[in-house]
Amino acid sequence: MRIPLAALIGLFFTGLYFFAAIFADFIAPYGMAEVVGDSWEPASAAHWLGTDTIGRDLLSRMIFGGQTTIFVATVATLLSFSMGSVLGLFAAVKGGWVDQFLSRMVDLMMSIPSLISALVVLSVMPVTLPVLILVMGILDSTRVFRLSRAVAVDINVMDYVEAARLRGEKQMWIIFREILPNALSPLVAEMGLRFIFMVLFISTLSFLGLGVQPPLADWGGIVKENKDGIAYGIMAGLIPAFAIASLAISVNLVADWILTRTTSLKGGRG
Amino acid sequence: MHPVIKLLAQRISLGLLLLLAASVLIFIGTQILPGDVAQSILGQGATPETLANLRAELGLNDPPLTRYFNWLFAAMQGDLGTALTNGQDIATSMGKRLGNTLFLAFWAAVVAVPMAIILGLIAVRYQGRWPDRVISSCTLATVSVPEFLLGYIAIFFFSVQFRLLPSLATVYDGMGFWDRLYAIALPVIVLVLVVLGHMMRMTRAAILNVMQSPYVETAELKGLRKFTIIARHAFPNAIAPVVNVVMLNLAYLVVGVVVVEVVFVYPGMGQYLVDHVSKRDVPVVQACGLVFAAVYIGLNLVADVVSILANPRLRHPK
Repeated sequence: MRIPLAALIGLFFTGLYFFAAIFADFIAPYGMAEVVGDSWEPASAAHWLGTDTIGRDLLSRMIFGGQTTIFVATVATLLSFSMGSVLGLFAAVKGGWVDQFLSRMVDLMMSIPSLISALVVLSVMPVTLPVLILVMGILDSTRVFRLSRAVAVDINVMDYVEAARLRGEKQMWIIFREILPNALSPLVAEMGLRFIFMVLFISTLSFLGLGVQPPLADWGGIVKENKDGIAYGIMAGLIPAFAIASLAISVNLVADWILTRTTSLKGGRG
Repeated sequence: MHPVIKLLAQRISLGLLLLLAASVLIFIGTQILPGDVAQSILGQGATPETLANLRAELGLNDPPLTRYFNWLFAAMQGDLGTALTNGQDIATSMGKRLGNTLFLAFWAAVVAVPMAIILGLIAVRYQGRWPDRVISSCTLATVSVPEFLLGYIAIFFFSVQFRLLPSLATVYDGMGFWDRLYAIALPVIVLVLVVLGHMMRMTRAAILNVMQSPYVETAELKGLRKFTIIARHAFPNAIAPVVNVVMLNLAYLVVGVVVVEVVFVYPGMGQYLVDHVSKRDVPVVQACGLVFAAVYIGLNLVADVVSILANPRLRHPK
């Protein structure tokens, strides 16, 4: 199987970021909160990206920050996916009032922008990682629900599903053994996009001061900490931009490739 | 009754119903979640007496249903309550900020909408060739960077490196119109970049969709110029989806405004909301949430209405 160049580049950089996130403790040259120099030192051999506002090594901060950002985004994506797709498939298979109820609830949740809903909820909840993941996951599962329901409704009327029904299979079998495997490819491609959205979401929340809290580092927080330097022409606050953009674009490339590969499979034998 | 009027009436009442339901959701989100509001406002330093006092002051001792209806009826009469942190009337302090936010969003929309449509048309005209590729990859880059970072990148280049535009969007009463416009130039640029990508991509997709219809093929076979085909035959039929795209993105603009205002310290609704979320000032958060939801639902409603009106089959039923 040939992998196109764009997808290969995407896979490489996505892999690199995940590798750095998982092995942050071994890769990072300094500790996360270790003060090693003056504030905003320029890049040097000892500090590849320079130091931040209180003299911590920026490269180490970026690596540990990537760990938090990617961890939160991944867990939230998994939550939103398992919840959204199970409920979506369930709604499509059940139909009737269950479908109506779930769909209208989702319409309602989507009628408020998710950032606004998150801010409303975070104004009364303690801002901790589990709460953040839960809030982001639940808010985002509405999108997954819509997609998986739409896909599953199409599959639900296929002959093989009817055959399974006539065979007397249970609801669970039909959802997980008949529909889910056939709905997987668009869902996996969507997963990439949701993951990017989560990275942007958690970074935005942290930037607003309502996401990951100070002792921990994360990409949005690094911008917040170093934003004052930008007025003096210090790049430190802009470095997360490159990280976020390159991660987002490489995940996008992979998702695009998965989508085209699976849709062309459907057409014929190629 | 004319079927279009009936359809419109249906859509508008549905929108109002949705807004009502959204208000319930906002209320539930702030009131009935684990831990009560008084507890989280006071935090660690809560003593039983202060807790009881605050609960009584906030009316937390009433049943939730009573509190919801009190809040809703007051809000419908324009009374959004008073802020916990400074005791000011929320409606008055929100009024000016709402004006500021709409001013910012309005100018961003004025720049972004025509630009997105023109770029979309160009991308379709040169589909698959370099202008299309350049436009598509630039917009992919802008949608992959969060709004606040675009803001700081813009500050870094426009106000620090080249010293063209102010980095803080400071506006005050009695400021002249042109001064005000100059002050918000940078946030407007950022907001335009934020929505341009989505809007242009969706416009391109909508027109490409129309380009596959048989009448476009006929026009091609008639020997019309490519641009004439797009402008005269494809675009009028793509108006409904394009208007939909524009409205959806304006709704998105409403959210982008929140973050961009914080970056540029612009005294608008977004900053007001974020400030009071970190202070856990629940009445303000509820009021802001309600206003944002109303604007968002309203824009989506307008999109619905316009696409109904733009459809000749619905306007002139058989």
